Amino acid sequence: MNPPPISYRELTHNGLWKNNPALVQLLGLCPLLGVSNSVVNALGLGLATIVVLVCSNTIISLLRHQIPTTIRLPAYIIVIASLTTCVELLMRAYTYELYQILGIFIPIIVTNCAILGRADSFASRNSVIPSFWDGLVMGAGFLWVLVLLGAMREMFGSGTLFAQMSLIFGEVVNDWHLRILPTDIVTLAIILPPGAFICAGLLIALKNEIDYRIALHKQSTAPIHSGHKRVRVTGHI
Amino acid sequence: MPSLLHSIGKNSVLLGFVVALSTAATVMTFMYTRTTIIEQEEIARSKALREILPTGYDNNLLASQRQIAPHGLLGETSAASVFTALAQGKPVAVILSLAAPDGYTGPIQLLVGVNKIGNIAGVRVTSHKETPGLGDKIELTKSDWILVFNGRSLTDPLPPQWRVRKDGGEFDGLTGATITPRAIVKAVRNTLQYVAENRVHLFDESPTD
Repeated sequence: MNPPPISYRELTHNGLWKNNPALVQLLGLCPLLGVSNSVVNALGLGLATIVVLVCSNTIISLLRHQIPTTIRLPAYIIVIASLTTCVELLMRAYTYELYQILGIFIPIIVTNCAILGRADSFASRNSVIPSFWDGLVMGAGFLWVLVLLGAMREMFGSGTLFAQMSLIFGEVVNDWHLRILPTDIVTLAIILPPGAFICAGLLIALKNEIDYRIALHKQSTAPIHSGHKRVRVTGHI
Repeated sequence: MPSLLHSIGKNSVLLGFVVALSTAATVMTFMYTRTTIIEQEEIARSKALREILPTGYDNNLLASQRQIAPHGLLGETSAASVFTALAQGKPVAVILSLAAPDGYTGPIQLLVGVNKIGNIAGVRVTSHKETPGLGDKIELTKSDWILVFNGRSLTDPLPPQWRVRKDGGEFDGLTGATITPRAIVKAVRNTLQYVAENRVHLFDESPTD
């Protein structure tokens, strides 16, 4: 009755690429599209999401034998909601300016389906360390897509990159600010919500294209097995 | 039936347990961060005040805050307040905290500093919900548009010219945003008007002056 052993390599590959919460599961679109208008916003919300996801996976895995399936969803939501509140309070205390920018998006972490999804489909069935790891890599998968989307939109929408990074890293990174494009040729639509959908769509298409190329490459290099070809001669075609 | 009742009872207790644990964690975080959050909020607010009035007074601006009775010129919907800068006990400037009611997506919270001689010491937006990339250029971190008000007064330009260029006035608008700058120009003009009408009260002048 033992479940198959957990492969951390596979978990990592799943979270970051194969089953990426943002590009494949398409979970957490609300924060993904809402705060990806600059790198600093994306990074701030991505980090907050990782913290909540790692903690919720760990706690839910610890409680998995105590919580019966009938009440699991309300129990998970309560855990996730209070974790989010804690993260919000900590951000208000220690990164107040970032909190002012991300303000309304922090509570939205509660409704990020990626978090409830991992709680229900992974943490409630696995022991603590794999759950912790799953939370970390799924969160990282969400973060890199969010930051890439933020970079795309900031570059083409505002013409800058890494503007206001000091909100997260302090004054030492003030000179990270790059001006990529002059303000008169940037496209406002990229900063607005339609730009979020268009850029996210492009990223999904790019991922599918890369997967397709990899599959094609594997196919062409895989040895061809000789043998009988069985032709289906009966039944519906 | 007893088994159903039993499981309902058991589940309620369990859920209550989860709620109690989560609430305890939240309460502990709240208590732990409370003083830091209040400090941070005060720092943020006094930073904005100091930006408008860097020098020339000797009192604690943040502590001088007083509420103002609702007034049509200050956006009647929300409470306005005033910070008074004193030099040797005499008011030299005021900073009004008010809301421009007609922003594109709701009220825009402003700080408007007015010197005793009736010109603008500075204007800052403290909170707003304007469109990112368009209306949010009213923040000093995004663009220096908000500095156009520095030194202006009710005579510079004259009241009919206190409009954005699009409406025939003197002030530049923002590309792609019409309503946001219009709301702020109007609120700043109204504030100057309010200060002019209430000089006696705000600057502690005796009526014979």
